[in-house]
Amino acid sequence: MSPIVSIENLSKVYASGLHALQDVNLTISKGEIFALLGPNGAGKSTLINTVCGIVTPSSGRIRVAGHDHLTDYRAARRMIGLVPQELTTDAFEKVWDTVSFSRGLFGLRKDPGHIERILKDLSLYEKRDNRIMQLSGGMKRRVLIAKALAHEPQVLFLDEPTAGVDVELRQDMWRLVRRLRDQGVTVILTTHYIEEAEEMADRVGVIRKGRIILVEDKVELMRKLGKKQLTLHLNEPITALPDSLADFGLQLASGGRTLIYTYDTKRERTGITGLLTDLAAAGIGFTDLDTSQSSLEEIFVDLVRERA
Amino acid sequence: MNLPAVLAIYRFEMARFWRTALQSIVAPVIATSLYFVVFGAAIGSRVQTVDGIAYGAFIVPGLIMLSLLTQSVSNAAFGIYFPRFAGTIYELLSAPISPFEVVLGYVGAAATKSIFIGLVILATAAMFVPLHIEHPVWMVAFLLLTALTFSLFGFVIGLWADGFEKLQLVPLLVVTPLTFLGGSFYSIEMLPPFWHGVSLLNPVVYLVSGFRWAFFGKGDVSVGISVGVTFLFLALCLGLVTWIFRTGYRLKS
Repeated sequence: MSPIVSIENLSKVYASGLHALQDVNLTISKGEIFALLGPNGAGKSTLINTVCGIVTPSSGRIRVAGHDHLTDYRAARRMIGLVPQELTTDAFEKVWDTVSFSRGLFGLRKDPGHIERILKDLSLYEKRDNRIMQLSGGMKRRVLIAKALAHEPQVLFLDEPTAGVDVELRQDMWRLVRRLRDQGVTVILTTHYIEEAEEMADRVGVIRKGRIILVEDKVELMRKLGKKQLTLHLNEPITALPDSLADFGLQLASGGRTLIYTYDTKRERTGITGLLTDLAAAGIGFTDLDTSQSSLEEIFVDLVRERA
Repeated sequence: MNLPAVLAIYRFEMARFWRTALQSIVAPVIATSLYFVVFGAAIGSRVQTVDGIAYGAFIVPGLIMLSLLTQSVSNAAFGIYFPRFAGTIYELLSAPISPFEVVLGYVGAAATKSIFIGLVILATAAMFVPLHIEHPVWMVAFLLLTALTFSLFGFVIGLWADGFEKLQLVPLLVVTPLTFLGGSFYSIEMLPPFWHGVSLLNPVVYLVSGFRWAFFGKGDVSVGISVGVTFLFLALCLGLVTWIFRTGYRLKS
């Protein structure tokens, strides 16, 4: 797929001396959902705000659909919609007016039909004449999304879109993001909820201390870095492992009633056959077994810890 | 030119003005009426004329200028400060809109509001004193130029201020005293020579004098100097705004 956002050697040093971004290189493909993960203060928001024109980069280059974000900023920004992390709204404005205002800012003529569609999609249409201060936090978040979509952007940045929202709204947003992707919109989101990335993202990027430490296809990442565990539920509890099983690195759990074997899916041999043979030889029987795969969250924690 | 964006900002700001019409329009009208009661009726009955002009009529240009300056500064300052305070400034910074267009939208709206209030005050004044405007075209030109210049000045204050206190600091502690001491209610010719000289350092003197000349054909300083000083202040404010947007001062990190 052709790149829609291309970031080259991007660095940002704040006046305080903080290196928020260090030599960031990243390419986002058209139509994908890209999740940017990182701990607090990693540089996620700085990266998004720099692409959107809110933060001035110290060095480097950003292009949006081939348009340089500084020299050809009008064309570049016209492509982008931004939903900020904070609930920053004009408290005294009406929902319809504030969304229409956003469309105007991006140089587009009034289109009541489009605004109506967005408000209906976000279950905001009934509230169109309400002042924003009369809305709940979740509704305000929807208003921010509506404002970001008012000018029909090709790239949508969602900075922590589901922070502090209830489960229903979160699922609504996930549905909306998928629908946007189906319409050809590229979505870049930062999130603290790894499950969100796991649920929605096509690709995942991990940023830490201003550096992108990994960019990978989500499925591939989970395949490459994911670990599997085999859990055996024993017939009889055991107090210690026989010496013949020492090489398997087994964990004894549930008061000696379960054995946990962690194996690497990338290896040619998982060792499961050998383990089962050796268990039988040692006279240890089991009633049931199950396997589980490590989540993206576990991979993320491992990654961040590894490189700390 | 992103004209829809300029219009969006302009309409947004004007909508706020109409939403707070009571505060925006009625308050200046009441204040002006009170000025007429105090200066026009109470003091005016003893002063009679200044430079051959009835005192009640003499203070009209100064009164309009007082409202024009304070309203221009306050409206423009609040207009750009509020998005910074509320955080909605992100929208302006990420929109395909140039600094010039942002200024045009905010300053245009602030100037429109203050001119409207200026005209309301003029109409209110006409109910108290008979008025004849000698140079109506110049009167409108001064009104426009002053509203534009001080709206730009207010825009700079709105960008500079980092709290509501600072937002009020300049209009209350600088603009209002300078206007009162700038010959709004008297001719600086009436002052002792030393204070006359000091008054000439006050830029508002030139604005009030030029505006009064447009009304009565008489001013404290020549109209050419008044126009020149107003343009000088306009250029200074334009330079400041340009620098702010180039450097991102108080706007971008």
